[in-house]
Amino acid sequence: MPDTLLPRDGLVIVAKRDCPTCVLVEPVMQSLDRAGALAVVSQDDPTFPSGVRSVIYDDALERSFRLNIEAVPTLIRFKDGREVERTVGWQRQEWIRLAGAAAEGKGLPDWQPGCGSKSVEPGVHEALIARYGDPGLKSREISVGNWDDPMEACFERGWTDGLPVVPPTDERILRMLGGTERKPDEVVGLIPPNLAPCTVEKVAINAVMAGCKPEYMPVVLGVLEAALDPLFVMHGLLCTTHFSGPLVIINGPAARAIGMNSGVNALGQGNRANATIGRCLQLIVRNVGGGLPGAIDRATLGNPGKYTFCFAEDESDPDWEPLSVRRGIEPGKSAVTLFHGEGVHGFIDQKSRAPEELVRSLAMGLFGVGHPKLCDAGNAVLVLTPEHYKIFKDGGWNRRRIEDELFQALKRPGRDLVWGAQGVAEGLPPKYADQMVDKFQPMPDGVLIVRAGGEAGLFSAIIGGWPGQRVREECQAVTREIRP
Amino acid sequence: MNSEMKLRDPTAESSPVRRPRLAPPSSLDGKTVALMDIGKSRGAEFIDRLEGHFRKAGVATRRYAKPTNTKVAPTALMQQIAAEAQLAVIALSD
Repeated sequence: MPDTLLPRDGLVIVAKRDCPTCVLVEPVMQSLDRAGALAVVSQDDPTFPSGVRSVIYDDALERSFRLNIEAVPTLIRFKDGREVERTVGWQRQEWIRLAGAAAEGKGLPDWQPGCGSKSVEPGVHEALIARYGDPGLKSREISVGNWDDPMEACFERGWTDGLPVVPPTDERILRMLGGTERKPDEVVGLIPPNLAPCTVEKVAINAVMAGCKPEYMPVVLGVLEAALDPLFVMHGLLCTTHFSGPLVIINGPAARAIGMNSGVNALGQGNRANATIGRCLQLIVRNVGGGLPGAIDRATLGNPGKYTFCFAEDESDPDWEPLSVRRGIEPGKSAVTLFHGEGVHGFIDQKSRAPEELVRSLAMGLFGVGHPKLCDAGNAVLVLTPEHYKIFKDGGWNRRRIEDELFQALKRPGRDLVWGAQGVAEGLPPKYADQMVDKFQPMPDGVLIVRAGGEAGLFSAIIGGWPGQRVREECQAVTREIRP
Repeated sequence: MNSEMKLRDPTAESSPVRRPRLAPPSSLDGKTVALMDIGKSRGAEFIDRLEGHFRKAGVATRRYAKPTNTKVAPTALMQQIAAEAQLAVIALSD
């Protein structure tokens, strides 16, 4: 590094006043200054250390970054303009070996560890790479003029879902990439509809824009991988005229680690992880895949969940079998379940007190999915709240019992459902008139039961699915383990 | 004031960095052309001539004017033009 302020032949010490070890060795720095060529790079105070002629104030931390300083004090010896040796912290023998007898530090302890360099503090290091180093990012740069608002630039380029996004700067992208061990150039998959390759770097860029924190990255990547499972049929879900979009349900320790909401207002606003993880998936489909509303996205109405629709399951009751476990994931593992969800339909039952009553009542609500007379026109998610779940639990019903009883309660005589029955044209073909007809497919796919919600309220939520789910082997909800 | 900022492209990079201008219409049939006088002297004369040409060609026009040439057009005026016309001629004259 050609830095004329540093001695070509001599010593450099990088220090900060906030470090007790640096303060401890202040007399040693003064002694070395008297003995020969010395420059002290001070990270936080231009007056520290006192009594040294050449103090370089490194408030921008550029020198610390270029010198690759991880801890202070760091003593470096230069020869012919090149570093030949360094030592970190205070170790008398090492300092004497590097700098000579003037580094004796009489009266000081023999050894004291240093402190972390300001240049490697969380978030700072990535900012310094972005400013002074090679960020190593492959995505092309887009310049925003001096007088332009970067948020408006994102709108103008069509990168947003209609809400403002966080401008994807190198600094933010590098921080986001720090949330995963996966390499930035790893291709996660081909994003529909354009089947464009999506690297971890592109995921990170869109995660920045969605407002994610770096620690969400493993979940975001897991969500994307689930969306790209051919069984989820993301392309079809995107282009449908139906309401549905991807609904994301997170299970396991990852949800708790990033503070996802499974409680009060779990399906609503206010939790950053819930809001931004769901949004990130939509942004990736929009930006990388080219799935634009009004273009390939032909939804007649859509639903507000197409901005974001993501929540975690309440796993606080050890008696409850989590959704992910029911769908084949090992207990204790983190997982994502993706479902083709339309909007939330509120279900009220404040009178049922026995499981048998409540399950019949829930079936009545579930019959409304799609159309009360249609069957097998998509599956459903049933979000059981604590008060409704308590009725089942107190009655000794676990998940499997609820599923079995609900499946039975969702059978109806076909004669009531065929075309024209009950004075309504919509319904099933006449061939079903003499059959008992299931509303949904067999469990656990027919109704995905998940626990969430606040303690108060004898409500549950029904989230209808997508008619594309009719052919089970072609299109279904997908559950995948989230890799760390 | 912002310092210059570099963003990274979140897309598949299948379109050029420099966004293309809107393509001109293949025909003016059925379209309305907004003729906006930006308020400089004799601008109205220039627009009168244009209006005559458009009329001869059978193209519908509507006249608009900025309150002053010293400031950008008010948002309401731009929204009105966008709602009522498909093309605009912004006439400068001195």
